[in-house]
Amino acid sequence: MKFKLKIWRQKNASVKGTFEDYTLDNVSPEMSFLQMLDYLNQQIIESGGEPVHFEHDCREGICGSCGLYINGRPHGPLRNTTTCELHMREFEDNSTIVIEPWRSKAFPLIKDLVVDRSAFDKVIQAGGFINVNTGSTQEANNIPINKTISDRAFDAAVCIGCGACVAACKNSSAMLFVSAKVSQFAMLPQGKIEAAERVERMVDKMDEMGFGFCSNTYACEFDCPKGISVEFIAMMNREFFSSKVCKPKK
Amino acid sequence: MIKLDNKIPQGPLADKWSNYKSALRLVSPANKRKIDVIVVGTGLSGASAASSLGELGYNVKVFCFQDSSRRAHSVAAQGGINAAKNYKNDGDSVYRLFYDMIKGGDFRAREANVYRAAEVSNYVIDHFTALGVPFARDYGGMLETRSFGGVQVSRTFYAKGQTGQQCLLGTYSSLSRQIAKGTVKMYERRDMLDLVIIDGKARGIITRNLLTGEIERHSAHAVVLATGGYGTVFYLSTLALGSNASAAWAAHRKGALFANPSFIQIHPTSIPVLNEYQSKLTLMSESLRNDGRVWVPKEKDDKRHPNQIPEAERDYYLERRYPAFGNLVPRDVASRAAKERCDAGYGVGDTGLAVYLDFKDAIAKQGEKVIEDKYGNLFEMYEKITGINPYKEPMRIYPAGHYTMGGLWVDYNLMTTIPGLYAVGESNFSDHGANRLGASSLMQCSGDGYFILPYTIGDYLADDIRTPRIATNTAEFDRAEKEAKERIERIMSINGTQTATSFHKRLGKILWDHCGMVRSEEGLKKGIELLEQLEEEFWKELRVPGTADEFNQELEKALRVADFFEVGRLMCQDALDRKESCGAHFREEFQTEQGEAQRNDAEYAHVSAYEYTGNRKDAILHKEPLVYENVELKERSYK
Repeated sequence: MKFKLKIWRQKNASVKGTFEDYTLDNVSPEMSFLQMLDYLNQQIIESGGEPVHFEHDCREGICGSCGLYINGRPHGPLRNTTTCELHMREFEDNSTIVIEPWRSKAFPLIKDLVVDRSAFDKVIQAGGFINVNTGSTQEANNIPINKTISDRAFDAAVCIGCGACVAACKNSSAMLFVSAKVSQFAMLPQGKIEAAERVERMVDKMDEMGFGFCSNTYACEFDCPKGISVEFIAMMNREFFSSKVCKPKK
Repeated sequence: MIKLDNKIPQGPLADKWSNYKSALRLVSPANKRKIDVIVVGTGLSGASAASSLGELGYNVKVFCFQDSSRRAHSVAAQGGINAAKNYKNDGDSVYRLFYDMIKGGDFRAREANVYRAAEVSNYVIDHFTALGVPFARDYGGMLETRSFGGVQVSRTFYAKGQTGQQCLLGTYSSLSRQIAKGTVKMYERRDMLDLVIIDGKARGIITRNLLTGEIERHSAHAVVLATGGYGTVFYLSTLALGSNASAAWAAHRKGALFANPSFIQIHPTSIPVLNEYQSKLTLMSESLRNDGRVWVPKEKDDKRHPNQIPEAERDYYLERRYPAFGNLVPRDVASRAAKERCDAGYGVGDTGLAVYLDFKDAIAKQGEKVIEDKYGNLFEMYEKITGINPYKEPMRIYPAGHYTMGGLWVDYNLMTTIPGLYAVGESNFSDHGANRLGASSLMQCSGDGYFILPYTIGDYLADDIRTPRIATNTAEFDRAEKEAKERIERIMSINGTQTATSFHKRLGKILWDHCGMVRSEEGLKKGIELLEQLEEEFWKELRVPGTADEFNQELEKALRVADFFEVGRLMCQDALDRKESCGAHFREEFQTEQGEAQRNDAEYAHVSAYEYTGNRKDAILHKEPLVYENVELKERSYK
């Protein structure tokens, strides 16, 4: 297969970036998208150039490192698929592929296709945990949890923190990411106790980090590689309002 | 002369740990605040150690090379985590978990360490549940378990095929909580380049800031390495591409002994190599062997579609050879059996290097819905990569480099041979002997970090309560920084024509062919020779574009590959020295008539721990005898 690639190149945050064109021949349909970029980089380096920087690690769709904006969509054309799981057989031979980094004020650009997603870590640090110390817990089966609820919590917990939801959203909203963590803990008895404080702290931090508001386009759900449902956004909204209304007066 | 003292406490096996930890010295809360601890790595063992130490009140500094601590490769563990809860009433106990691990490791692990790992396993499950890890549950709301290779009980807790992700994210959340509290300071995007030793004690590290290229100094009263395994030495492995040996190797160069380097687990069920540009191999969880049946055609070179091969013409070779354990034999046994069939010409697929893992019978019996519930995400992953629907036709699988049982030598306190330097999780060698059983790495990593290290490190730090904060403007830091800079300078100035990745691929191939699933004296000697040639070429022909004082992914790779040459060399030396077959280490010359591993307990019931003597020279071998007071050494049979 043969492709024309338009790739965003930018040396660092303080200089202007631009699209550069590359032509890549002899691409195998069996190659994953990142292997295709490896192959391109190999050629760039061997001809004396600077390789395209992009993030990746596990290459099996679970670490959340990779994330490229491919032909106008986060993680490319396939649903429920991370960039590293995407294969070249999904693209038409001799077509042009446009590759950009995530674009969001809350994810400043570092180099080429690499952005800084530490805003997500800051949101988790604001409350995305259950306050329990090592050693202070009870026997696991002392608290039975309804299987349907536990499975639903799992559906929220599969978020890989890649940032595709933010990249997909015209408002750069992080509601899907934040709501997944809020909902996972709010549904489980272990996390219920501090659910009200948690949702307030996480939502405040989300706003502070520069993520936008949600206007219900559902683009986040559509492009989430783990298929996380916007129902969790509704669940977070309910948690948020009830915490505001039901909070015991100090 | 280094003397190996494993510090195993006296007394009956079942009481060792509880008696020992009750007598360990403590550091008072007021003094903990004055003590700094560095933790390198944020996988399950590093993040659990860091958050627990933070909860105790130490000042913790944590480092990872990824952009976030949530990305460490523990995240990719699929099948589950073991514990001796006996929820299934099937006869499980701490002793049985201990025995299964000792036997699974082919009697090459320490009794006391393994027993302790089994002992704390139950607390790990309790803690994860409290952290909100959504393990699978039954309809009564209780935790569900499943079976795994090498055991006859059901003790593996799981969260679909994403158990590692859920455990890691639980641990990441407790780490995040400590970061917010200020007890832990997080340093992302850092590679550890060197260890700093002052007056014989580990007192700091040198790191490279991967975004700016800046070489940084960090000091502490003690250093904990939680840097994972070195399976990426094969290039193609199930590990994340960033996983590397460099931090552990830097410690080894500074005097920490490296134990059993040749004990590398080859996982039997990975998706086979599909093309020459492949950068990694994706694992299909061992849990699939609960319901999947492994087979090859009875006829050589049978090119029929698998669904067209009738039952009578299939060879379910694991069930045939190992009727007692069937498809659930341990990983080393399953891998070698697959290789044996493929080498004999029965392999399937274009390359002939694959066997079938078939769910037809399980789907017929349990229904597609139940199978989807258990393994849905794995089936999806398989289809995405291969384009084949495993609900309709069998998966094709083949062994791949996976987990390293070998690692830094540690004593019962998890301390290396350098005082004040600890190694936890996969980066140490201690619990899995010559072969690790499935679902016991999540268990060991979290046990080490949550329930063992926080006790043992206190005993060491109790001597340090009067030691002021360690200064970084000392001659030792100057020297370590200078060495790190010179190493980078050397790599940058080669100016050849070939990429780090191209060398890594060739290096991996040499090791896979000569120090992989089956080894021989001749092959290993050849492997060493080829490695040395390639290493020479590396230092002449490597090309690293860009500069050292910027974000430079090629430089990161090159530094790691440079260390892999030395790791690979030591693997071969160890494999050559160990003239027996045990667990994952299989020497062609030492096998039974039935082709099973033949141990030599009289001469090799020891841990081989190597002392660094400089590149390209034989490392000095130290032996720690393995003493078995509770179990009888037997031939490991799964028939």
